[in-house]
Formats: sequence, C-alpha cells, structure tokens
Amino acid sequence: MSDVTAFQKERAATRASGIFFILKKALLSAFVALVLFSLMVGIRTEAGPTGQLIYWTRFGELASLVAAVFVGSIVIELLRQWLGRAGASNIIPPSVQSGLSVAGKLIAPALLIFTFLVPVIFYDQRYILDLAILVLTYVMLGWGLNVVVGLAGLLDLGYVAFYAVGAYSYALLATNFGLSFWVCLPLAGILASLWGVMLGFPVLRLRGDYLAIVTLAFGEIIRLVIVNWQSLTGGPNGVSGIPRPTLFGIPLTPDDDGFAARLGIEFSPTHRVVFLFYVILAMALLTNWVTIRLRRLPIGRAWEALREDEVACRALGINITTTKLTAFATGALFGGLAGAFFATRQGFISPESFTFNESALVLAIVVLGGMGSQLGVALAALAMIGGFELFRGLEQYRMLVFGLAMVLLMIWRPRGIIGHRAPTVFLKRSEAISSDLVKEGHG
Amino acid sequence: MDYFAQQLINGLVLGSIYGLIAIGYTMVYGIVGMINFAHGDIFMIGGFIALISFLILVSFGLTAVPLVLLIVLLVSMAITALYGWTVERIAYRPLRHSFRLAPMLSAIGMSFVLSNFSQVAQGARVKPVPPIITGGYTLYDAKGGFAVQLSNVQIVVVIATVVLLLIFTWLVARTRLGRDMRACEQDQTMAALLGVDVDRTISMTFVIGAALAAVAGMMYLLYYGLVDFYMGFVAGIKAFTAAVLGGIGSLPGAMLGGLAIGLIETLWSAYFSVEYKDVAAFSILIVVLIFMPTGLLGRPEVEKV
Repeated sequence: MSDVTAFQKERAATRASGIFFILKKALLSAFVALVLFSLMVGIRTEAGPTGQLIYWTRFGELASLVAAVFVGSIVIELLRQWLGRAGASNIIPPSVQSGLSVAGKLIAPALLIFTFLVPVIFYDQRYILDLAILVLTYVMLGWGLNVVVGLAGLLDLGYVAFYAVGAYSYALLATNFGLSFWVCLPLAGILASLWGVMLGFPVLRLRGDYLAIVTLAFGEIIRLVIVNWQSLTGGPNGVSGIPRPTLFGIPLTPDDDGFAARLGIEFSPTHRVVFLFYVILAMALLTNWVTIRLRRLPIGRAWEALREDEVACRALGINITTTKLTAFATGALFGGLAGAFFATRQGFISPESFTFNESALVLAIVVLGGMGSQLGVALAALAMIGGFELFRGLEQYRMLVFGLAMVLLMIWRPRGIIGHRAPTVFLKRSEAISSDLVKEGHG
Repeated sequence: MDYFAQQLINGLVLGSIYGLIAIGYTMVYGIVGMINFAHGDIFMIGGFIALISFLILVSFGLTAVPLVLLIVLLVSMAITALYGWTVERIAYRPLRHSFRLAPMLSAIGMSFVLSNFSQVAQGARVKPVPPIITGGYTLYDAKGGFAVQLSNVQIVVVIATVVLLLIFTWLVARTRLGRDMRACEQDQTMAALLGVDVDRTISMTFVIGAALAAVAGMMYLLYYGLVDFYMGFVAGIKAFTAAVLGGIGSLPGAMLGGLAIGLIETLWSAYFSVEYKDVAAFSILIVVLIFMPTGLLGRPEVEKV
C-alpha cells in the first residue's frame, strides 16, 4: 500500500509548484470556508425576549474568516514547499540524540530543584502558587495515566472516572464520618484502584478503538451516576465543606492550636497554600518514583512488552490478565490519590469537574509528552495548563484552540514532543530509535 | 398495552434517528478502520444548519411547509457533507498511515473543535423552534384510557429514513462509487492497483456519512424542536453503540442497532427511570462489546500475526 501511495504522492509533488497552483489551492480553500461558515458564522441566531428565535447577519466576520483562510492557505503551501516534504528522515541523528540525552539529564534535576524552590521564590504571589499546584496535579494525573497509556499501551478515555472516585471517596468519608485527610488518602487510592480492576476485568479482551470507547462509556456512567444519585453525592450541587488537610494533626488555621500559633509566628493564609504545594509535589514525585521502579520490575517489562505486541506477549507466556489489570489498577490508584487531593484543595466538588474534557486533557498531556516519557509528561502538563491560563480571558475559545492543537499535534508530531523511546532492556548499549519506527497501539 | 404501543412508536422514531447517524460510523469504520469520533458533532452541525436555513426561509415569507422542508433538507445535507469532507481532509487523511491511536486522538480533537466552534459561533444557549409539522392521528382511543398517538412528525421522520436508506442501499449495491467503496473495504492496496481512487472513495464515504448525519440532525430538530452545541456528544456515543450492536461494518446492522437502541432507551425511560437512560445505553455498549463483540450482523474480526 505504501508504495502505491508514495508513487501518488510523488506525482502530486511534481505538479505541486508554481504560483498558479498555490493561488488555485488558496481560492479553493477560501471557497470551501465560505460555504462552511456561510450559515454558521454569517447568521447568528438567538432566542429573543418572547422565546421566538431571532437572527441577525454577521457578514463582516464571515468575510474576515474567509480572508484568513485564503491567506493561511497560501502561507501553509509556501511553508510546505520551502521546508520540503515532511517526515523524510525517521532516525534521529546520533549527535542530536546524545545532545538530547545530555540535556535530558540536566533538565530533569534543574526542573526538580526549581520546583522545590517555587514557594520560596513566589511566596508573595498567590496566583502563581495556585497555578503551580494545578500544574502539579495534572503532572500527577499525567504520570498516572502514563502507566496505562504510555507503558501498557491501553488507550483509556475514561481516566477522569478514577479521579472522580478518589475525590468523592475523600469528600464523602470526610464529611460523613469525619475521617482525616491522611486516613482517607490511602482509602481513596484503594477504592479507585478497585474501580480500576472493575473496569479492567470486562475489557480484557478488547483492543484499540473498542477499548477506548468502552473506557469512555465507563467514565460517563460514573459521572451520570454521581449526577443522579442525589441522596449520596448531592447530585449536581456537589459536596461542599470538605475539610482541609492538617499537618499531621496540626490544623493550618489562625486558631490557638494552629500551625502558626504553635510555632509562634504570625498567621498567614499562604502557609496552607505552601503546605498544599508540597503535599502535591510529594504525591507527584511518589507517582514518578513508583512508576520508574515498576518499570524495572518484571511487571513493568510485561507492560512494555504488551504495548509493543500483545500476540507475541501471549506466545512468550506472559499472563495478559494480570498484566492488564495491574496496569489499570496502578493508573487508577494514582488517579484516585490525585482526586482526593483535588477535593481537599477545592473544599467543594461537583460532577462538573469530572467531564470527558478532563479525560481528554490528561490524555493530551500524555500524548504530547511522548507516551512513556516521564519528563515529557511533566513538560507537557506545564505547557498545557500554562497554555490554558493564557486563554483565561477568552474562556469560550479555550476548548476550540485545545481541539485544534490536538489535531495539529497529531499531524505534526504524532509521537509527542519528546518522541523517542529508549529501550529499558538492551545488549551492550542503549540505542534510542525514533518512535515512528515502533509499531504499537493494538492494546 | 396502549402505553407500551405508544412507547414502541416513540422508540422506533428515535431509533431511526440513531440509525441514520450509526450508518456514518459503520461505513467509516468499515473502510478506514477508525472510529470517527467527530461524527456526533457533524450531526449537531447538521441540526444547526437546518435550524438556520429554516429560520431564513421563514423570514423570507416562504410558508409552504413541504417546499420549506425540502429546501432545508437539501441545504443542510450539502453544507454538512462539506463539513464531513473537510474534517477528513484536514484531520484524518494526513494520518492514514500513522500509528493506530493517532487518527483516534485527532478525531477527539476535531470533535472538540466542531462543538466549540458552534458554541462560539451560535452561543451556548439552547435554540428552540416552534413545531414545524403539526397534527397527527389517534390510532387507538380507549374510552377514558390511554390514547395511542402517531404524530405527523413521526411519520415524516420514519418515511424520510426509509427513503434515504433505500437510496443509500442502491448507491452501495448498484453504482460505481458503491463498488469502489466495497473494494476499498476489502483491500485498499489491491483496489488502488486496479484503478480505484482510494483517497476519493474515502472522501466520498465521509461525505455520504455526513449527509446522512445532517438528515438525522434535521429530523432531531423537527422531532424535539431544539438544538444545542453539546447534543452531538451523547447522540454520537449512542449511535456508535448502535453501530457496534448491529455489527460494525454492516449497514443493515447499523439501522437495526439504531432501532434497538432507540427502543431500549425509550422503554427504559418509560418503565424504569428517565435519569438513568444514558447509563442504560452506555451499559449496553459495554455489555455488547464484552459478550458479542461482532454484534448482531457483523463478521468476526480475525487477527493475523
């Protein structure tokens, strides 16, 4: 098949030059855009004051959009001709490779030290601290999902379900039974990983796309049950008044037995934020450490083997059932822990926080991070959440841009930013190959 | 019994709409082997375009209902088909030889783009329309009991579905394009060697799927009298469930699955609980995939090493 298409591509490439070709293509794109946007953008409908639908025209916006498509099409075509055919070389040159690995060795510790110092540097800037906590939460979620998607190669579109299970476990245990955060945290993790096994068990035989859609349905079922089981979860109103975590029994409050009073320093609400920051940092690092250790164990090797080829795995006598279930359970465990942290940080949770968008965001972080690379996932979480913050004022365009970015990323670098994969087991020396050469994804 | 008959009618009408969307899923899966995640949002776009074109026609003073409906149908089919073509061209074609998860992720991205595009372009609020087709028949009226109603809208939806299905079946079974599509489904390389334009055939598959989704969108608008930007997600998953239930890759299976899902959802709402109707539909998806992965009319997928 590839030979035939390569031939067709080459034939197209010889035709694809010259100013007329570019103009023709741009005009065609503009025309398509005109038809596409004619009604959707050119006409705006809204329910009027009497409930009757009214509409007004927006031809100015329509014209500028079409013009933008025209210009954009010319620019893209010029860039394409200028840069040459994409994807010509598959193998990363050794010099770049060694450079990357040196940079990788330096970046990770530097980033870690910087992260430790964030509360010191930005002590007065509450906004940055909150943002850093958010980024770390997503780093942890990304690392957790990475076990399922990046290591075991099981595409999970319902990861947010475990996040929700963790959050609601803590919220309900704490508000109903008065259990403290540190007691609930392992409980939330265990409950979430039980749910992971419950999801994993029936889907053992499914692969690829089917698995993805079943996990998505599972995530939606969990959310719908939370919305509708009002007597337990409060339904759409959520759970409020979730207790804040304590420093091993010492509350971070201005009270007499509070943290500040005991140390004899002046109370500041920032103490709690800094405390939360270090809690999530520790949890994220724990996730990372466990993942790295597991990769060195037989189970981690089995995950990676499963990702590369399930049939070969079976032939080699690897127990597919336990391998898949442990991957789901481990991923869900970290999701649940992150969920419990989310609940205690927010003090209020509702089903709105656990929609499919959240799953897609975490998945996008893992994919952008190169599926399997721990550093990549951390950087991707920073880029994604940071990017989202840039669009804070333009809330309604946020998901639009997110979707576009996902499409473009798949076209441009389907293997993520750090798109190479070093084998964990090797003879004599490790040779990293471009992940374009690795077949996978049948999980 | 009367209540049951009424629910049966409602379920079959809803099932027709799901079936029309499911055909788009099943065709694309049969030929390209990917789940076109954005298909539910194509359905939503179809509904929006039908709404807007209807509004314009009415404001120009066109009142002959059959004529208006015909024009709205053609306009929404044409424009939505172009949406389907564009989505394939931008998001899927460059990834055809990429690794298997790439088109899936790209499709999820495209789904976000479409639903948020219509949110930005048309606002987040639900758009209601007054009933366009009114009236109906009372099939059975027990004195003091439950009257079984069949509205004209329901008749229109079912007739439109049946007519389109006949046209579509003819298209696949009898025309050159249909032959090309079946050839691509079996073996793309061989089809290309024998002179079938694979790219064009795949594009046409998306175009036809989108056109049918547009019809479904318009029928949804007529039947429920409202559209909103978020309706594509749930409808899309349910239609996909229908495609899987019927056996993915099988066209009669998609319709059959659609009817089954429509009936199950309606009966579940009528006899158990309305709140959990989506949970029921999603649970069916999981159960079918686990116990009957090939669906009702599908062929078993043999894995080659």
